[in-house]
Amino acid sequence: MTIEWEVVIGLEIHAQLATRSKIFSSSSTAYGAQPNSQANLVDLGYPGVLPVLNGEVVKMAVKFGLAVNCEIARRSVFARKNYFYPDLPKGYQISQFELPVVGRGEICITLDDGSRKRVGITRAHLEEDAGKSLHEEFQGMSGIDLNRAGTPLLEIVSEPDMRSAEEAVAYMKGMHTLVRYLEICDGNMQEGSFRCDANVSVRPKGQEEFGTRTELKNLNSFRFVEKAINLEVERQIDVLESGGKVVQETRLYDSAKNETRTMRLKEEANDYRYFPDPDLLPLLITEEEIEAVRSTLPELPDEKRERFCSEYKLSDYDARVLTASREMAAYFEAVVEASGGEPKLAANWVAGELSAGLNRSGTEIGDSKVSASALAGLLKRIADCTISGKIAKEVFEAMWDGEGDADDIIEKRGLRQITDSAAIEKIIDEVITANPGQLEQYRGGKDKLFGFFVGQVMKATQGKANPGQVNQLLKKKLA
Amino acid sequence: MHDKTISELSRSLRSGDFSSVELTTHLLDRVESLGPHLNAFVTVTGELALEQARKADQTRAAGDSGPLNGIPIAHKDLFCTDGVLTTCGSRILDNFISPYDATVVGKLKKAGAVMLAKTNMDEFAMGSSNENSCFGPVKNPWDETRVPGGSSGGSAAAVAARLLPGATGTDTGGSIRQPAALTGITGLKPTYGRVSRYGMVAFASSLDQAGTLTRSAEDAAIMLGTMAGFDPRDSTSAEKDVPDYRATLEDNLDGLRIGVPTEFFDDGLMPANKTAVEEAIRELEKLGAKISEIHLPNLGLSVPTYYVVAPAECSSNLSRFDGVRFGHRAQEYDDLTDMYKKTRGQGFGAEVKRRIMTGTYVLSAGYYDAYYLKAQKVRQLIAADYAEAFKSVDLIAGPTTPTPAFELGAKTHDPITMYLNDIYTIGANLAGLPGMSVPCGFVDGLPVGLQIVGPHFCEARLLNVAHRYQQVTDWHTRAPEMTVGGTPTA
Repeated sequence: MTIEWEVVIGLEIHAQLATRSKIFSSSSTAYGAQPNSQANLVDLGYPGVLPVLNGEVVKMAVKFGLAVNCEIARRSVFARKNYFYPDLPKGYQISQFELPVVGRGEICITLDDGSRKRVGITRAHLEEDAGKSLHEEFQGMSGIDLNRAGTPLLEIVSEPDMRSAEEAVAYMKGMHTLVRYLEICDGNMQEGSFRCDANVSVRPKGQEEFGTRTELKNLNSFRFVEKAINLEVERQIDVLESGGKVVQETRLYDSAKNETRTMRLKEEANDYRYFPDPDLLPLLITEEEIEAVRSTLPELPDEKRERFCSEYKLSDYDARVLTASREMAAYFEAVVEASGGEPKLAANWVAGELSAGLNRSGTEIGDSKVSASALAGLLKRIADCTISGKIAKEVFEAMWDGEGDADDIIEKRGLRQITDSAAIEKIIDEVITANPGQLEQYRGGKDKLFGFFVGQVMKATQGKANPGQVNQLLKKKLA
Repeated sequence: MHDKTISELSRSLRSGDFSSVELTTHLLDRVESLGPHLNAFVTVTGELALEQARKADQTRAAGDSGPLNGIPIAHKDLFCTDGVLTTCGSRILDNFISPYDATVVGKLKKAGAVMLAKTNMDEFAMGSSNENSCFGPVKNPWDETRVPGGSSGGSAAAVAARLLPGATGTDTGGSIRQPAALTGITGLKPTYGRVSRYGMVAFASSLDQAGTLTRSAEDAAIMLGTMAGFDPRDSTSAEKDVPDYRATLEDNLDGLRIGVPTEFFDDGLMPANKTAVEEAIRELEKLGAKISEIHLPNLGLSVPTYYVVAPAECSSNLSRFDGVRFGHRAQEYDDLTDMYKKTRGQGFGAEVKRRIMTGTYVLSAGYYDAYYLKAQKVRQLIAADYAEAFKSVDLIAGPTTPTPAFELGAKTHDPITMYLNDIYTIGANLAGLPGMSVPCGFVDGLPVGLQIVGPHFCEARLLNVAHRYQQVTDWHTRAPEMTVGGTPTA
């Protein structure tokens, strides 16, 4: 008898908060500076220095908490997590342990098939990042770069509510969208601004008790999350089915080898000896402060998606694609406004040609070579039948390449659509005359040849004939 | 001129009796001749001091009449001093030159005080006898076979020996008041949060407080007035105005309610000390104070509570001394863990190691609740005892220490006996209260201290009481006989 296994996943997401200075010092958080050029005495853990909390960080945590309907702790406490490592200058990380700033809440995620699922959030707490150890650059030595030490992080801990790698990815994407909507994290995964650890276990379907879990580290892309979880699920099932036991441990995902391997066993785990940091007072948040942050909350992805469906009559799928980022949604709405209607057409173009162009060139929508008003100019010409959708793609390419606005290009290239019925009829007649064989077959019942005639007409007009009119007139002439 | 107090020196400087350079040169001579004998200093910053003295003479000529302008002082060697060795009495920092000034150091510098030296201390402020320094013990100027108390022993010995008119210290469990008592000087530990801890190398962050060692309450008022105040770099410093401590020194004590805790007069208190302290309290009564008996029922728990809380914090605070970025690093090691072990093994002394181990233990999974959490609860009980007492009295008075200075080596074999030396002082730290020790007599030629403790931020009242007491007594003016090569110099 084979057992049907159920996968149980919980994620810990580390979102780097987009503050200018660090969580407990005035050093810059900008990425990519010379090693140790952005580490002051506080970041270096010099004797006698003290941490001072950056107020922006608190506002961002509250903003997140409000967005996912979490409880905001009126009093939370910073604690020290003690362990030795060269890139941890003080020998402890300032984090939050028993009393985090953000308590229980939930987020609604959308799976690829459009179905939706609620995922519980256990808590979110503030902490400082460690520095980086560089082992490769130095022969027989390790280099330490403390630029990242003290960078503010919001660690978002989910409930073990996800049941597949796909759900885990959907959750992570949902969070990724949310933190960027809230403008509390730039979401840059290459630079490590948004990363996650996954707790994975399996249990026989129907069993209430959780199986032994392992923690997967170093998952810094959506693809790696999916791959690593699937690998780990497979490994755990193999172990259990061959009569073994899953060992509680931390495993590292190696994307180059596409494998996970033991990093440390539970027995080797540090006793972090958490205790309240006596250098920092408890963090007190007043009702007024919470309300002040609430008033800065933007329209959230879900609200926006629903509005797009009702206001623009878009499908749920289109609305979801267009609200994937705040910038894309804003671009879309600007196109709709400038083009004077036709939201469905705007949706197709933003989610279609424009997104494809951005992806190909690796450009952010904010830096798009075709601005929202320029795209709107193109869509107007489609709407008023100056050009067909097909020709519009050519015009779009030219716009992307910087040849000017839609009207310039249409004019310069002579792409204006032929809508003169007499002119179209004349071309149809020529096409029919030139293809007597096909005409005979068509009239003999081979309906499929209709497409052949359409093609020939379009070819003869370099695609400029109005397709609707061509169809209508052809039907008449061929009958 | 070395017998003068800060306020007297300040007057002399202003009236032109001598310059700051002359004063500094004179004290430097004494520091160089008598300092090594007492082992009171880790570093003497002679050149820097003369430069600062010259600058002070110039600014005074230009109209700066601040009470500390041109006054030589010393800093306990755990205050970070820009460009100057800052060792904390530890081998692990014996090469550490701080790249910045502690807030306290910066404020005193700005007020024109001349930094003449960094004083010896118990390693990382852990000790009650100054025998835990990697630079060897400090000797008590009243009897060089005895300890000066600790951990601010170097500061206390230097001020008592008239090498300097004042020095900074820190008090985590009595480290200012106890050495002040044992060397016959005036020690002030302010309210927790009154003085910034920024740049003061941490021992136990929730207990540490910077204060003063001087020869009079008036001098303590002068120094505290400069040192105190909110510091945006220390989240635990109080956002509270600093009063003019000197303005209220002369206030009369009529009707002042002073409580005497019966728990302070237990079997551990040496009878001769008891007599001296009781006499001092009678003196306060003569000045108008109303004396009554009070109770601090949980006082007996203060030493064990302290020896859970302080080591817990120190075990974490001292983790940064790992040989990676500054300070001592072992010469040879196999790997990272070996580097940590050897560096810290070589760098820390026995008492520091004992406290790191104790602290690590009480914070460990499975022991946290039984030790650390319970100690925090008891700490609240002790603070509540004081709060209750201050409903019926304005200040509390009693002995600073159970005995006068003990002999070098007498207690080093038994840490518990050593710890009990702080039984009367630790309570104020656990409750965050300000306290002072004022000289109130002698037992067999050794000084005895009277301790006064008050509610939070009542430093002005404490200084007022101490000052009025010093106006009617002369214990604080007595100086030990110092000899260089057999010649009395006092």
